[in-house]
Amino acid sequence: MDLTPTPQEQAFRDELRGWLAANHPGPEPEGDVAGFEFRRAWQRRLHDDDWAGVSWPKEYGGRGATLVEQAIYNEELARAQAPSTANVLGLAMGGPTVIAHGTEEQKRRYLEPILSADEIWCQGFSEPEAGSDLASLKTRAVRDGDEWVVTGQKVWTTLAHHAKWCMLVARTDPDAPRHKGLTYFLMDMEQDAVQVRPLRQITGEAEFNELFIEEARIPAENIVGGEGNGWAVAITTLMHERATLAFGLQIRVKITLGELLAEARESGAAADPVIRDRLAQLYIESEVLRLNALRGLSAIMRTGVPGPEGSLGKWQWADVNQALTELAVELRGGRAVLDDDRWTYRFLRARANSIEGGTTEILKNIVAERVLGLPRMR
Amino acid sequence: MRFELDDDQQAIQRTAKEFLASRYPAEEVRRLALEDDRGFTDEGWRAIAELGWPALVIGEADGGLGLGVVELAVLQEQLGYALAPTPLLSTIAAALAISAAGDDEQRAQWLPGLAEGERRGTIAPLPPADGLEADAHALTARLEAVPDAVDADLLIVPTGHDDLAVVELGGDGVTVEQVDGLDPTRRLSTVTLDGAPSTPLRAPDGAALARARNVIAVALAAESVGVAQRAMEMAVEHARDRQQFGRPIGVFQAVSHPCAQMLLEVEGARSAVMFAAWALDDSPEEAPLAAAMAKAYASDAGWRVPAAALQVLGGIGFTWEHELHFWLKRGRANAAAWGDARSHRSRVADLLDL
Repeated sequence: MDLTPTPQEQAFRDELRGWLAANHPGPEPEGDVAGFEFRRAWQRRLHDDDWAGVSWPKEYGGRGATLVEQAIYNEELARAQAPSTANVLGLAMGGPTVIAHGTEEQKRRYLEPILSADEIWCQGFSEPEAGSDLASLKTRAVRDGDEWVVTGQKVWTTLAHHAKWCMLVARTDPDAPRHKGLTYFLMDMEQDAVQVRPLRQITGEAEFNELFIEEARIPAENIVGGEGNGWAVAITTLMHERATLAFGLQIRVKITLGELLAEARESGAAADPVIRDRLAQLYIESEVLRLNALRGLSAIMRTGVPGPEGSLGKWQWADVNQALTELAVELRGGRAVLDDDRWTYRFLRARANSIEGGTTEILKNIVAERVLGLPRMR
Repeated sequence: MRFELDDDQQAIQRTAKEFLASRYPAEEVRRLALEDDRGFTDEGWRAIAELGWPALVIGEADGGLGLGVVELAVLQEQLGYALAPTPLLSTIAAALAISAAGDDEQRAQWLPGLAEGERRGTIAPLPPADGLEADAHALTARLEAVPDAVDADLLIVPTGHDDLAVVELGGDGVTVEQVDGLDPTRRLSTVTLDGAPSTPLRAPDGAALARARNVIAVALAAESVGVAQRAMEMAVEHARDRQQFGRPIGVFQAVSHPCAQMLLEVEGARSAVMFAAWALDDSPEEAPLAAAMAKAYASDAGWRVPAAALQVLGGIGFTWEHELHFWLKRGRANAAAWGDARSHRSRVADLLDL
């Protein structure tokens, strides 16, 4: 066991830190369009110097970074308070899925525009009647010559209004058992058969969308991982989501907690023994989150793919981030009735943490069944 | 940067697991805890001494193996998992204190014997019940809840902020009386010193003593990780086997989700403990905070996981007949020893300038 960075890891960190110091574009502008274009420009700048897909193989525009370097990358970007990238889902989920399951032609076609943010990706998994029970999804695809014709409805589709490609899971064999009849498509969003409607959430923003798909056409060559193999490919996407995003998320928790600790020192709230105890516990939990993520890297290095352990991290992250924002709002005392403070927004936004990307209940099922080996519920 | 154990550390882990599983099955733990006068046997102690465990963290110059806190934590986790009743940790703690505060002559006098397992030691964990009378050569005090004092040779007594004295337990003016403890697998005694001959440790070093205290706390925390791991395994096994309503109870989320919560706490405690152990070996600046976090988190997990496991087991888990209660009791006792969770969180807050 040795948590000291190797010379190579230290060099990677130093190079990135230097690059960030020289290239940080400053704070993001207000507004959806301006904000999005800002993030697109930022991602292009990252990509110009090969900092967009660090974990991807070099031949596809990545850096071939090790998992530890990837973790360092996420840490350093968060520490520098760098903006988000525009193509979050393409980078964290779509690209890794194409790399894992795509054909050589697909890799050549799709990966570069993900990195350059020329083509934005969104994810069409959940449906109004298929949330946690994803395998019950009803969107159907019917073959018509060299094309598939898709009809159905998707929901919680982040970035759909900017997206060129949708990672779409649809039912191609209605007679097969639930998990077997699914296929993973890359659907072109730029067609009239796909309608995008924003979904307004409890914060007042609209990060998510609904997709209405009415006989959209997808060329057969846009299937990833083969017809009928959609469930396995979708699981790859979800595991990448939990494993890769978790690393960045735990750093953001630490930054947010740092703000809360500073405020509690300033206001004198930290002198209250109960608050002090709770702040210390939050700090410990945020550290445990970081250390678990670091330990989890070993598992991925051994097996090559993220395992169900990532589910533990995502669940724990949701717990910690919610507890943190709850305490922050509590510390506002009577002023918490006002909506004049960033903690109000964060408190509300954090309610989604235990739902988005797999509800905590589903993650507990995964941990119970796949890590502990308890009997399956179904 | 890698979290996994290296080959030597894995070998220690494997040896400990196999040895303890063969020597200390649950029936033997029960027999020692409930029937043996001292709670351990000379034969058991000799076997542990032959494995070199008392020598593990004693420096090579002092007759030990000079291994690190990571190795100690690996061993301690296995000892907690097996719940082997042994005076090992008390002896290691006494040796750490002498290493941190003894001068060369004192180290040479006591450490090789402790390393060889020829002698055993312990530390008084609580302030003397009715104050302390000390002069340069004698101590009078009533010391409660001293672990593993029966048949031990050396007792370390805190006599001031960073001052420690060594008392030979076989000498005059010393009475050791076993008392009932929460955890029958680690025996406690009241030690009464009445003008007992004592020797102050002559080279107390505040930083070294603070480190020794952290090493002991992390060793205890590592033990609690093993305790929680074993209790979780009992719960999971029961949830797989036990049938109610015509199905194994593990299919019910009211049962499986608490089991998942156990894993979250066990893995979190393990990460915190191994990080603290590594920091004590290789990153001294991070060590005080890391040790406080580890003891705080593992103190909670160490008894909450067995308590949750008891709920999964239902009525059988509440019986004397089932072995789970030994692990619950060790977990709860460990949570209270060497600073409870709240006091360590208070240290965390101090170190964060709160």
